[in-house]
Amino acid sequence: MRNSISAQMRKCIARDVRPEDGVWFSPDGERVHQSLWDLLRSKVTMSGFRQLLLLSAILVVPAFSFAQPVAPAPTTQDQIAALQQSVQNAQMNADNAWMLTSAALVLLMTGPGLALFYGGLVRRKNILGTMMQSFAMMGLITILWAIAGYSLAFGHGNLFIGGFEHLFLRGVSLAPNPDYAATIPEQTYMVYQLMFAIITPALITGAFAERMKFSAMAVFLSLWSLLVYSPMAHMVWGVGGLLNANGGSIPSLDFAGGTVVHITSGVSALITALYLGKRLGYPHTNMPPHSMVLSFIGACLLWVGWFGFNAGSALGSGPLATSAFINTHFAAAAAAFGWTVAEWIHNGKPTALGAISGAVAGLVAITPASGFVQPFPALLIGVIAGAFCSFMVFEVKSRLGYDDSLDAFGVHGAGGTLGAILTGIFATQLINPAFGKGIATGGIDGHWRQILNQSAGVGVAWVISIVGTLVLLFVVDKVIGLRVSAEDEHEGLDLSQHGEEGYDLNT
Amino acid sequence: MLPGLIRCVARQLLMLKIEAILQPSKLDAVKDALLEAGIEGMTILEARGHGRQKGHTEFYRGREYTVDLLPKVKIELVVTDDRKENAIQAIMSAARTGRIGDGKIFVSKIDEAIRIRNDERGESAL
Repeated sequence: MRNSISAQMRKCIARDVRPEDGVWFSPDGERVHQSLWDLLRSKVTMSGFRQLLLLSAILVVPAFSFAQPVAPAPTTQDQIAALQQSVQNAQMNADNAWMLTSAALVLLMTGPGLALFYGGLVRRKNILGTMMQSFAMMGLITILWAIAGYSLAFGHGNLFIGGFEHLFLRGVSLAPNPDYAATIPEQTYMVYQLMFAIITPALITGAFAERMKFSAMAVFLSLWSLLVYSPMAHMVWGVGGLLNANGGSIPSLDFAGGTVVHITSGVSALITALYLGKRLGYPHTNMPPHSMVLSFIGACLLWVGWFGFNAGSALGSGPLATSAFINTHFAAAAAAFGWTVAEWIHNGKPTALGAISGAVAGLVAITPASGFVQPFPALLIGVIAGAFCSFMVFEVKSRLGYDDSLDAFGVHGAGGTLGAILTGIFATQLINPAFGKGIATGGIDGHWRQILNQSAGVGVAWVISIVGTLVLLFVVDKVIGLRVSAEDEHEGLDLSQHGEEGYDLNT
Repeated sequence: MLPGLIRCVARQLLMLKIEAILQPSKLDAVKDALLEAGIEGMTILEARGHGRQKGHTEFYRGREYTVDLLPKVKIELVVTDDRKENAIQAIMSAARTGRIGDGKIFVSKIDEAIRIRNDERGESAL
């Protein structure tokens, strides 16, 4: 029976045929189809295209019952404007995605990167105390930054310090702040910079490891963050800052914080080590690391996290971030190589501690240069930093006799200084036309004067660190007292400061 | 004959403590040798020390320093006098390498031995 599909359907619906157990019978009782769908399908294959067209027409008609009142078609201008907005949104979202990831990576550097790196280098009785110092920064500095730190660093102020316009993050919204980063919300910028503010004081803890009171450390570093870090950040990165590459009086190139983070923390570390004095028993008692395993893990976390530190300082996800990423990695690898070779020659054996310290030294040195130099200069900077910082630690520290327990000065202070100067030499407009298109950036572009500017930046960092740290140490010492008692130092910070033990070897 | 008998009985009643200080790498071999010799109870301690054996040098931040206190293992056994020589031979054959640092064995007398579980005293508590 070559009935049309509609006829068949009409029959079924007209109760001539009823579906019994999912089977549709033809009027003469013969079992014909397994299901209505089968019925329909068989009709389609039999009658082909026409049936398909009819079926689709039947199915589409209900859609029109939901149709909106028809609007006039958008003009081409409107469409282009909407398209441009979409493209801009897409770019902004891409930048924001990378920036949020970078912020997380930088926090990872402090916790647990630095906590483990430093923790493994101290004696077992001090592990928790050491880790607590880094962790305390994660908590304290966040609060201070939100209240006043961000405003003092990035608010409008004068050459040396910002202002109070963003106290309690007033005015810091999800809209971009074009002064700093035009494609990401200002809150992203703020939280990214917060992670830098957290790690900088945490680095200093390496110098006074194993002998500083927890309370004194918390107060000292809180004040340091507001009175040394924020001003330095303002001078280098803040609008109107003395050393700002964009229009500062002495434009200095510091891509991710060689001066702001590493020189300040390293030099402050040296001052603190000198002020507090040596650990009891130093240097004739051996105080080797209690767990190189932890330090190794920490150093690797630092290396990976540093991609956020440097490549994130591109403030976007474009090619400049790629340059910074590559430079970071190349410098770390080359510096690990450099330190290892130097140590192999010096001692006859390459140590794990030397290798990881070398990597960190390279990362420090490339920090100011990461977004300004080409890859092979980055390798060169790394090798030089590895060799130079190893020299600082092997020879200079033991000759001068200061107890910079974890080499915060030897690696960060010295490495940061070296890196800042080398940035002046190797910065090029081919990577980053920081002073304007077509204008020479650094030495290899012909702008050798930049080295002087870099030196000025270094000088400012040293001075503010020395003066600020000395004043704060003096004040906190008089009010609270900085150093633990001799008994507490013998017992270890874990028990004396925190009433805990890092490891319970009895259970 | 009687003196010999008395001596023999006395040796089964006299309790001696054997302390052996060994290289940690020899611990398993010595334990196995003692078990083979029929001695089951022992106490093992981790110790540090040195005799004439020099330490080793390590590096920290470019400075070389010697580590004098080397890891050692100490085994303590309490046995009756008649088994003393077996125990000592078992230890020595398992632990000897012929080099400086093999270790030492000390023997001392024990006044009392008591089993905590049932208050047995004397050599039957061993």
